[in-house]
Amino acid sequence: MTPIDPPPRPDPDQLLARIQRDESRARRGRLKIFFGATAGVGKSYAMLEAARRQRDDGVDVVVGYVELHGRPETEALLQGLEILPPMRLEHRGIALTEFDLDAALARKPQLLVVDELAHSNHPGARHPKRWQDIEELVAGGIDVYTTVNVQHLESLHDVVAQITGVDVRETVPDRVFAGADEVELVDLPPDELLERLAEGKVYVSEKARHAAANFFRKGNLIALRQLALRATADRVDAAMREYRERHAISATWAANERVLVCVGPDPLSTRLVRSASRMANALHAPWLAAYVETPKLVRLPQVARDRILQTLRLAEELGAETANLSGESVAATLIEFARRRNVSRIIVGKPLRSRWRDRFGESLVDELIRQSGAIDIYVISGEPGQESPTPPRRPSRNSRWPAYLKALGVVALATAISSQMSGRFELTNVVMVYLLATVLAAARFGRGPSAMAAVLSVGLFDFLFVPPKYSFAVSDTQYAITFGVMLTTALLISHLAALGKRQASVARQRERRAAELYALSRELARRRSIDELSKFLVRHVLASIDGEAAVLLPDADGKIQDPTHFCDRGSERASESLVRYPVPGNDLGIAQWAYDHRKKAGLGTDTLASASAIYLPLNALKRCIGVLGLRPTDPRQMQIPEQMHLVEALVNQAAVAMERVQLADAAQEANVEIESERLRNVLLSTISHDFRTPLATIIGSASTLRDSAAGTLDADQRRALLDSLLHEAERMNRLIGNLLDLTRLSEGRIELRRDWIAIDELAGAVLARLRTTLAQHPVSLAVPDDLPLVRGDEVLIEQVLSNLLENAARYTPPGTRIEISASAASDALEVAVRDHGPGLAPGEEVRVFDKFHQTRPESAQSGFGLGLAICKAIVDAHGGTIIAHNAQGGGAEFRFSLPLRTTEPASA
Amino acid sequence: MSAPRANLLLVEDDPQIQRFLATALAAHSYVLEIASTGHEGLQLAATRQPDILIVDLGLPDMSGLDVIRRAREWYVRPILVLSARDKETDKVAALDLGADDYLTKPFGIGELLARLRVAERHLSERSTTSDGARIEIGGLAIDLAAHRVQRNGADIHLTPIEYQLLTTLARHRGKVMTHRQLLREVWGSAHVESPQYLRIYMRALRRKIEADPARPQLLLTEVGVGYRLVDEALPPASG
Repeated sequence: MTPIDPPPRPDPDQLLARIQRDESRARRGRLKIFFGATAGVGKSYAMLEAARRQRDDGVDVVVGYVELHGRPETEALLQGLEILPPMRLEHRGIALTEFDLDAALARKPQLLVVDELAHSNHPGARHPKRWQDIEELVAGGIDVYTTVNVQHLESLHDVVAQITGVDVRETVPDRVFAGADEVELVDLPPDELLERLAEGKVYVSEKARHAAANFFRKGNLIALRQLALRATADRVDAAMREYRERHAISATWAANERVLVCVGPDPLSTRLVRSASRMANALHAPWLAAYVETPKLVRLPQVARDRILQTLRLAEELGAETANLSGESVAATLIEFARRRNVSRIIVGKPLRSRWRDRFGESLVDELIRQSGAIDIYVISGEPGQESPTPPRRPSRNSRWPAYLKALGVVALATAISSQMSGRFELTNVVMVYLLATVLAAARFGRGPSAMAAVLSVGLFDFLFVPPKYSFAVSDTQYAITFGVMLTTALLISHLAALGKRQASVARQRERRAAELYALSRELARRRSIDELSKFLVRHVLASIDGEAAVLLPDADGKIQDPTHFCDRGSERASESLVRYPVPGNDLGIAQWAYDHRKKAGLGTDTLASASAIYLPLNALKRCIGVLGLRPTDPRQMQIPEQMHLVEALVNQAAVAMERVQLADAAQEANVEIESERLRNVLLSTISHDFRTPLATIIGSASTLRDSAAGTLDADQRRALLDSLLHEAERMNRLIGNLLDLTRLSEGRIELRRDWIAIDELAGAVLARLRTTLAQHPVSLAVPDDLPLVRGDEVLIEQVLSNLLENAARYTPPGTRIEISASAASDALEVAVRDHGPGLAPGEEVRVFDKFHQTRPESAQSGFGLGLAICKAIVDAHGGTIIAHNAQGGGAEFRFSLPLRTTEPASA
Repeated sequence: MSAPRANLLLVEDDPQIQRFLATALAAHSYVLEIASTGHEGLQLAATRQPDILIVDLGLPDMSGLDVIRRAREWYVRPILVLSARDKETDKVAALDLGADDYLTKPFGIGELLARLRVAERHLSERSTTSDGARIEIGGLAIDLAAHRVQRNGADIHLTPIEYQLLTTLARHRGKVMTHRQLLREVWGSAHVESPQYLRIYMRALRRKIEADPARPQLLLTEVGVGYRLVDEALPPASG
């Protein structure tokens, strides 16, 4: 039956899925459904009884909503239970009461009792259906007791309608029923139920009273009871199977079934989908719904296309995975897809079309059966639909006149050539020219023009070349064959060409989508801020859907903010109008909900569908980044699954990119934090080291001088001690000076006192000031005396020069030369200090400017390694640059430049 | 310079500096009075009429600048300022208010003594009213009466502005002249905000009077403050 054998041991994927289900169950509340065949079997009663028992066991029980229908026994059970006040709504002037979801979530009891799972909420409630309220409660960690009748199960809807003739509109998806943690069947034999009905114990609304008589017939009740029992048994079976799987009892494992249903434009398709859902559920198999778009179906009217989309949506709601396929032949495409996805069963509808096709060509079913191989084909019969599929509208002919003219031209050309050939060649060769013309017309200009070309060709050939010439009389019947062949060839080739074109266009469309996504992901990777990414997302979404869109981001407290706040900051003013649209206050609430629950909400979704916009959460791997609000000009756009898939894919990719940006920002912040922490530590350790060393000498020398008895120290010794005292104190003074400078510079507190300064003058002043420091080093000065003045802070630039010189003196052996040079370029003044010492170690060129960087840590000539950092800070503040590198011929060179302003002062 | 030296008044609040200066200056036979606050300093200056006033710019009760401003209303003798390292603007302000020179903390006693000597000399010049028709510094000789400048015996030619710049500095030799003071004296008060003239003329002047203009020995730059023409009483620069 299926190409794949049942696995001999638990499939890891299945195990994982079960573990995940268990885990999510642990966090979720438990859902218990009291299940009955019809109204009046006593579900509410049983539910309340169970709730009371729980309450007696000390569980925190609250009644969220119960329909009493004026039944005293039921009412008595409510005594002593906490009852949640209902929400009051007003709809078209009528006051309505409704279960208050927010109050229940806020109260958060352990167990909540909410009657009527299938109830449809009044407009204005958050969800259109109560089962969605209950899903949210369970997701919120609250255990829920609820009730439902068998007729409300989505997959049994059709069956019940067939049996009872009553079309139930309030349905509950099967997955809710299947996903319940516990289902308790409340069963009452039909006779007893009829008895209760006769006694007036079953509530029937005034409106339904005339239908009730029909509904509560014994035959109906028996059938419904059977359905309810079967549904319960299926669940028990599923529970048993899960138990077996859990305990690795693999012998009875179900085969790896997968069901595929083929959806078409006819109304019968919804039935097919429901059948497939039932079959898949019975098999506990995943299922797929596919629509094959053939070139012919591309031309379907909008109504039919909408119907297909609705059917696919229904399938999605019932738990199917949907796919839009495109191909030339439905059967071949379907089988190919089925093989690829390991489908074991295909469900198709019994064709309702005329017998014509069945006679002359294969029907879809025949084709499928012929090609299916190991896959089972199930054919479901359909009732004759209320409306037959409208015939495809013929494409407008207006635009095709040029094609006809061109076809005419080709035939004319053929006639011209043939007239030249006539007499010299056989007529069979002449006709070949016409055939060629017809083929050309067919390949290029479509069916109509090619048919015209064929008819014309035959006519002209007959009229001009076939004896008797210039008459349509045909002396030889063999030309009838010529005529037939040419017409058939023309039609066949034009058909093939048209097919090829359409397929190419479908392929192009798909390719365009794929390319779009690919381009998008590459583009996204390039964006560096949430802001940019938001705009980008909005632009791309609006490229595929007409309307307005905005990205709504939460503030630090997780409150979704009005997007205008965000947009105003944007630098790309031009694109702002795209990003911006006024979000009504209510919509902010919807966006908040979408953000909190990480689920889409608003237009066309299950939550607050009456909104004018849809809100898609930007779900990244770890968290929700924000919400995309999208208000389409035509809401129908949102029903096209392909469109929505594209939008959702865009949203997902953008969300991941945004998370990446956020994480990168966080990492950056953490880095800065670490860096400043490191600096603090280095600072502390340097201070303790660099300050204590001179202090040790100072304290030592001073105490020696004070304590030594007169005469124990000779004059030289005293002198030596005093010298070192002085020297160390000066060293400390330098350290403190550097530290202060750097603190002020790095805090940005320094205010440049810009003035016109002469570098030659500064260099002279620095050399004079550093006379003692530079005593061991010959210094050469190459500063032209016509150097332009430069704007800068004299004191600070002097500091740069003196730090560079001190640095050079400190790190080079005595006796080596230090060279100062300065030169002016067109827009900058450059100053270089070059030494002839050991030079910089590789990689030091940049790091020397780091704070607290020292080439030789703990060296005796310690000096904090602050000097060069100060230089860099000062030069940066002047808008200049400073670099370090090893000079040609050895030694290090430090080079800084200061920008020259154009307004150089003129000599007075 | 002989035994009885000038009377000094020190306005300084830090007791350690008071003690250090009292000891050091007494050893050089100066007579020192000490005031710990600005008000006390002004009062003592008025009553004792010290020869030289030494004012710390950071005082507890009032700004040292205010002390100078108020003292200058009646006190004509030299004022020496003590200031912290990174307060160039305060130094310039103090000099513009009429202080004669400044010292940056921390300083060595040698620097202080040199500045005191310059102040003492200006004190004696002021009292003798000798205008000093001829000033000699290093190899430079300025003959104010003849408007002649010679270096190592050879005449050098100066433009009128260069000459005026040099003589202004020479009259206050040994003392710092701020940019503003020089501009006012040489160009007039309309040009006090145009220091670039000063830079360019100073560069030209150095080329004419210095042996090595790149490493001036006579015309020194006080970075961020102004210029100073050396005096034999004062070493060329602090070490």
